Amino acid sequence: MTIKQLSVFLENKSGRINEVTKVLGENGINMHAFSMAETTDFGILRLIVSDVDKAVEVLRAKNFAVVLTDVVCICCPNVAGALAKILDKLAAHQIFIEYMYAFAQGDQANIVIRPSDLAECLKWLAEEDCRVLGDQQL
Amino acid sequence: MIWNKNKECMSRDELRDLQGKRLHKLVDLVYHNTPFYREKMQEMDLLPDDIRTIDDIVKLPFTTKADLRDNYPMGLVAAPMTEIVRIHASSGTTGNPTIVGYTYRDLEIWKEVTARALTAYGVTRGDIVSVGYGYGLFTGGLGAHYGVEHLGATVLPTSTGNTEKHIRLLRDLGVTGLACTPSYALYLAEALNKQGLTGADLKLRIGAFGAEPWTENMRREIEERLGIQAYNIYGLSEIMGPGVAYECGCKNGSHIAEDHFYPEIINPETGEVLPLGQEGELVLTTLTKTGMPLLRYRTKDLTTLMPGTCDCGRTSVRFTRILGRSDDMLIIRGINVFPSQVEAVILEIPEIAPRYMLVVDRKNNLDTLEVQVELRPDSFSDDMGSMLALKRKLSDRLKSVLSISAEVKLVEPNSLPRSEGKSTRVIDKRVLA
Repeated sequence: MTIKQLSVFLENKSGRINEVTKVLGENGINMHAFSMAETTDFGILRLIVSDVDKAVEVLRAKNFAVVLTDVVCICCPNVAGALAKILDKLAAHQIFIEYMYAFAQGDQANIVIRPSDLAECLKWLAEEDCRVLGDQQL
Repeated sequence: MIWNKNKECMSRDELRDLQGKRLHKLVDLVYHNTPFYREKMQEMDLLPDDIRTIDDIVKLPFTTKADLRDNYPMGLVAAPMTEIVRIHASSGTTGNPTIVGYTYRDLEIWKEVTARALTAYGVTRGDIVSVGYGYGLFTGGLGAHYGVEHLGATVLPTSTGNTEKHIRLLRDLGVTGLACTPSYALYLAEALNKQGLTGADLKLRIGAFGAEPWTENMRREIEERLGIQAYNIYGLSEIMGPGVAYECGCKNGSHIAEDHFYPEIINPETGEVLPLGQEGELVLTTLTKTGMPLLRYRTKDLTTLMPGTCDCGRTSVRFTRILGRSDDMLIIRGINVFPSQVEAVILEIPEIAPRYMLVVDRKNNLDTLEVQVELRPDSFSDDMGSMLALKRKLSDRLKSVLSISAEVKLVEPNSLPRSEGKSTRVIDKRVLA
């Protein structure tokens, strides 16, 4: 099970992130989590949002370059050492992580990861009994 | 098809004879009617009768844009004001604008050469040509307009500005010809796509593009996107306007209307006339104009003359695609850089939109060149590695073409300024510093 992540191309100049959040806000789209990858002149804003299809539509209408990517959202207890345990297992199975970011909700922690091999990653997570969330469970 | 076979396919000997006779008359005219030229000729100990054949042209003085500005507004006009029926002015970004006065006969010649150009592209009676050059002081709009009418085709004087209406009229009227700047043609293609349309939804078949340098890649892109044959039209207001030279169906160089405009190629630094086939600055003499005739006007356009009869049958000399204007040329770290070179590289890379902005600056006493390009929305990838690879691909290509390294900056789709006329593509911050 994977979830859809929304990526937005942004120039490095003030006000660009505001523009994205404003467009999403005006259209009643909530952001669950986001992270920013940046270089000197541009960045990629990665978002997990409440209505991904609508988000694509409204951002494209505003001329943003957007793309959807399948990512894995792992759910673990929000306690010390929980993430380390999962990452250890993935490393043991040679799963390479291209990027990741996390968000906590009370006693539950969610980790979004983009593995180099999606199918392999999902297979091992299932085998190791790790809880993985789908779009509906966010 | 050929509009004026007599003149366009004249034997070279006959043509040179005609050019010599016309030059002699011209020199006589300016000597007696333009104090500027009389003084120059007197300084050089030249009398009109010293100019007998076209080969004597090298004895005559050059005219530069600065001469036009210094004699602002009407100092170089040879005809009395009662004979001048129209005035055009070119956009002066610095200093005085350039003013050109036309007699009735000048306008007749202009119509004739523009009709020759349109005929060479395949425009005939029955075609509807939309003129998307700016109408007004700029020569593009009215120049193309009267050429279309003279030919007997239908002109749609669209001018610049309202692209949506333009597209609507192109569709509703089944317009078959388009005359505008090449950058506006691309802008139009983009605007079409935005409405969910393509070139296939239009009846356009011929495009006459000019007023700014463009490349073979740009021609391919315009032809593909609009589904047309795209041809170069060359002109400059000082000499006449569009129609001074034009491509034919062979798309192999632009034919100069040599019975009216005599071309030479010179070394831009020394002024020395270069042998046929060598690259240099194009110099034009208006052989038949009477309003504001110019001797050996330095166009600043860099090109090469191609000898020989063209496959189309025209004997008039052609020049190769203009590499750039010596005016547009940037000197960055001592290297000559033309915006058209950058454009050619950008058009080779499909992930990037055909639009750019060059920012030249000086940091720590070193010139820097930043090339801003727009990412195409469908080329965006969440993978940072492939985005950086795209940047690297472009900067590697630029380096190999320009011989200097440029900083590539990827900007958001549709964020670079769009221009419906001549595009402004260079910001040189060094001048301001």
